[in-house]
Amino acid sequence: MPNLEHPAYPAATLLRLESLVPCRESQVSMLLSIFGERQQFTFPSIFIYGHTSSGKTYVMQTLLNTLQLPHVFVNCVEYFTSRLLLEEILIQLQNCSFETKHASHVLCDTFNDFVRMFKQAVTSQDLQDQTLYIVLDRAEQLREMEANILPAFLRLQELTDRNVTVVLLSEIVWELFRPSTGCFEPFTLYFPDYSIGHLQKILSHNHPPEYSADFYAAYINILLGVFYMVCRDLKELQHLAALNFSKYCEPVVRGEANERDTRKLWKNIEPHLKKAMQTVYLREISSSQWERLQRDDGEPGQLKGLSAHAHVELPYYSKFLLIAAYLASYNPVRTDKRFFLKHHGKIKKTNFMKKHEKTSNHLLGPKPFPLDRLLAILYSIVDNRVAPTANIFSQITSLVTLQLLSLVGHNDQLDGPRYKCTVSLDFIRAIARFFSLLHLKEGQSIGP
Amino acid sequence: MLSFLFKVKISAMSKRKSKESSSANGECISQVQRILRERFCHHHATGKPFGIEHQYRHLLELLKRTTVHGESNSALIIGPRGSGKTMLLNHVLKELMEIKQIRENLLEVHLNGLLQTNDKVALKEITRQLHLENVVGDKVFGSFAENLAFLLEALRKGDRTSSCPVLFILDEFDLFVHHKNQTLLYNLFDISQSAQTPVTVIGLTCRQDILELLEKRVKSRFSHRQIYLMNSFDFKQYIKIFKEQLSLPAEFLDESFAQKWNNNVQHLSEDKTVQDMLQNLFHYSKDLRSLHLLLMLALSNVTVHHPLITASDLHEASKQYRMDSKANIVHGLSVLEICLIIAMKHLNDVYEGEPFNFQMVYNEFQKFMQRKAHCMYNFEKPVVMKCCAALCWIVAVHRHKQLTCQTTCLAWSRKFRKRTGLVRHLNTYYNWS
Repeated sequence: MPNLEHPAYPAATLLRLESLVPCRESQVSMLLSIFGERQQFTFPSIFIYGHTSSGKTYVMQTLLNTLQLPHVFVNCVEYFTSRLLLEEILIQLQNCSFETKHASHVLCDTFNDFVRMFKQAVTSQDLQDQTLYIVLDRAEQLREMEANILPAFLRLQELTDRNVTVVLLSEIVWELFRPSTGCFEPFTLYFPDYSIGHLQKILSHNHPPEYSADFYAAYINILLGVFYMVCRDLKELQHLAALNFSKYCEPVVRGEANERDTRKLWKNIEPHLKKAMQTVYLREISSSQWERLQRDDGEPGQLKGLSAHAHVELPYYSKFLLIAAYLASYNPVRTDKRFFLKHHGKIKKTNFMKKHEKTSNHLLGPKPFPLDRLLAILYSIVDNRVAPTANIFSQITSLVTLQLLSLVGHNDQLDGPRYKCTVSLDFIRAIARFFSLLHLKEGQSIGP
Repeated sequence: MLSFLFKVKISAMSKRKSKESSSANGECISQVQRILRERFCHHHATGKPFGIEHQYRHLLELLKRTTVHGESNSALIIGPRGSGKTMLLNHVLKELMEIKQIRENLLEVHLNGLLQTNDKVALKEITRQLHLENVVGDKVFGSFAENLAFLLEALRKGDRTSSCPVLFILDEFDLFVHHKNQTLLYNLFDISQSAQTPVTVIGLTCRQDILELLEKRVKSRFSHRQIYLMNSFDFKQYIKIFKEQLSLPAEFLDESFAQKWNNNVQHLSEDKTVQDMLQNLFHYSKDLRSLHLLLMLALSNVTVHHPLITASDLHEASKQYRMDSKANIVHGLSVLEICLIIAMKHLNDVYEGEPFNFQMVYNEFQKFMQRKAHCMYNFEKPVVMKCCAALCWIVAVHRHKQLTCQTTCLAWSRKFRKRTGLVRHLNTYYNWS
C-alpha cells in the first residue's frame, strides 16, 4: 500500500491519517494530490460517487479533520430545502474561524444573497487564502431543489471569485445529475466497492479483546460466506457480525469446543445465520428481539418473521368471499361463463389471446372487478343458497379493512364499487385446504 | 589524512548543494503548481485568447462605441459550454479598462441567470451594483420600467449633461428568458434602443436557439447582433494550445527550471502516444475545459521526486477522465443483484422494451436458478425483493408512471405496502448469454 506523503503536511499527521482509513489509501492519496497545498487552487467542484457504505463520507470527514483544512460539512437530506441548506453553510462558515464566539442566525433566501454573504464571510475570516471545502453529502437531493442550485454550486468558485471547492458525495452516477442545458462539469472520482479481502480486513479490525484475532477472523469468514452474495454493504455486515458473535462463541463458552474447532462452530452458527438472513437482515424483527431469542436458546424453527405469518382466521363466508375475489381478480371475464355455469359452450381462441400468451395473468398482478361479479362468483362456489344480506356486505368491507381486498377507484362512485384482491396464491391455498374444494383446482387453470 | 578531510569536505559540500537544489526544487515545484493550478482551475485570464481574434475585435469595437461615443447597443455571445464566452468578455473588458477615460466613466452591472432567478431580485441586484440603494431608499415603484428609468436618471448626478455609459452583462442569458413576461429583458433592450443613457446589453448563452425563445416584443428591440464562438480550431492548433497551456511563463523565478519544463512540454507535444491521446480527447470534446481537467490531473502528480510531467502521467489522467461510471457501479453490485439485472435485461429483450414488475423479474430469476442450480443458493422472495429495491435506486431503472401493479404477497402488503410500479430498464452495456 502506498505511503501517503505530501510536502505540505507533516509526516506524522499523514501517518495517523493512513491508520484511520484502511483499504482506502489510494483514494486518499489521489485526493491529497488533487488538493495540493493549502493555498493552491483545486478543481472548482469534485463529484465523488460509490456504493453505499463505500466510505465516501467517512474518508472525506477524516481527511478534512485530520489535516485541519477549513471546511463546511452539510447533509442534503437533513437540510432538504435550498434555504435551510444555504443558511446552514453560512452558519458553519462562521464557526470555521477561531475567533467567533457564537454563531448568529443568518437569513438567506436565495442563492444571490448566499453569494453576497459568502463573499463577505470568507474575506472576514482569517482563512489566509486557504482553500475552503464545502462538502455536500447525499447530493442527489440537490436535484429535488430549485433548478439553479446544482449548477450554481458547481460554479461557486467562479461566482464568488474566492478559493472554494465544492465536493459532492452521492451513490448515483453523474450522468443522472447533469442538467439538460449542461453545466460546469465537475471532476468525478469513483470510490470502488470493497473486495471480499478488504471486507474481511475491515470487519476483523474491531474484534472484541477477549478472543484472539484469528478466532474472530474465522467467524468473519463464515459470515461473509453466507452473506457476501446477497449484500456487500459494510454497515449491514458490521451489524450482523455484532449481533451473531455471541451465538458463535457459545460452544466455546459452554466448553463444548475450543477455539480451533472450526467444524463444530460452523455447524452451530450456520442455521442461525440463515435464519438471520430472513429476519434481521430484512428488518422483520428488531435486533433486540433477535438477541432475546438467542439468549432464550429457542429452536430456530420457532422464529418467524412477519412474512411467515401467512395464516389468518376468518369467518366462514369471508373465506369464500376471499376465494371468490381471487378468482375474480385473476380469471379473465370471458372464462367466467365456462367455469361457473353448468352448461357452457367452448371458447374459441381468438387472436387477442394468442398475442398475450406470453404474460401469464399471475405475473401482471390482480385486476379490478365490480362488486356484482364478486357476488356472482360467490353464489356459484358456495353450495347452499346465500342470501345477499347486510352480513355479507359488511364482511366485504372488513376484508377491505384487513387489506386483503383493496378498493379501486373513488369512494363515492355510485355505480358499484370495484375491488382488487391483494393476497397471494399460497394464502388462498391455505384457506382452500380448509375446505378441500374441488372447484379450486378448476379455477387455477387460468390464463391461456 | 588531508585527502580524507578534503573528501569529507567535498561530500559535505555536495550534500549541502543537493539539499539546496532539492529545497530550491521544492520551492520551484510549489510555484509551478500554483501558477498552473490558477490557470487550469481558476481560469485566470492570462495571455491572449487564441483563434477568436475576429470576435474579439468585433466585441471590442462594439464596447468602444458605447463607452467612448455614447452609442447604445445590444449583442449576444453564443457558443457551447466551455468555448470561452466569459473569457472573451473578460479579456475585452481588461483591455478597455486600460483606457483612462473608460475606466473612470464606465459602469458595469454583472447579472447571472443562476443567481437572479426572478426579475425582482435582478432589479435589487442592479440597484446594488450601481450603488444606488440610498437613492432608492424606500420608494415604491409602479412598474419595473419606472424603477429602471429612475435608476438611470439617478446616474446623471451633478452637472453632467449625459450620464455615464452603463454596461449590462447577462450571464446564462437563456435563464432570464424564462422569467415572467421577460420584463427584465424587455426593459433592458427597450432602453438600449430608446433612452438617452448609453446602455449596452451583452448576453452570454450556450443555447443556439436563443432567438426563438425571446418574445416577439423583446426580439424586435434586440439588435440581432450575434457573436458566435464555435471552438473552430483544428487538431494542429489544439496541440499548440496544449503546449501553450502547459508551458511556464517567461517571468518564472527559476529560469533554468522553466527552461527544462518547457523543453519537456515540447517533447511531450511531439510524442506520438500523447498525440494519439489528445486526438481521442479532441474527438470527444473540443472545448478547453476538458483539456484543463486532464492537465490538472496530470499536474497533480508533479512532486519534488517527480518534477516533470511524463507521458504516462497524461495517459493515467486520460484513463481516469474517461472512466465509465455505469460500468463502475455495476462492478460493485453483489452477485444476487447482478442476477437480477440479467433477469431484467432478458425480460427487456424478450418483451422488446415493455414495462415489467418485480413478480416477472422474480419468475425470470427462478428460471435462471433452475437451469444453473449448482452455482447459487436459492434465496427467499423477500431477500430478492430487498435487493431489487436497492437496485432500482442505484441503477437507472425508471418507474413507468401510468401502469402500476401490486405485488401479490400478503405479508409484504401488510408491513411494507410495496406498490412496485412497472419499470422500464435503460440500456445496459453488456450482452448476457
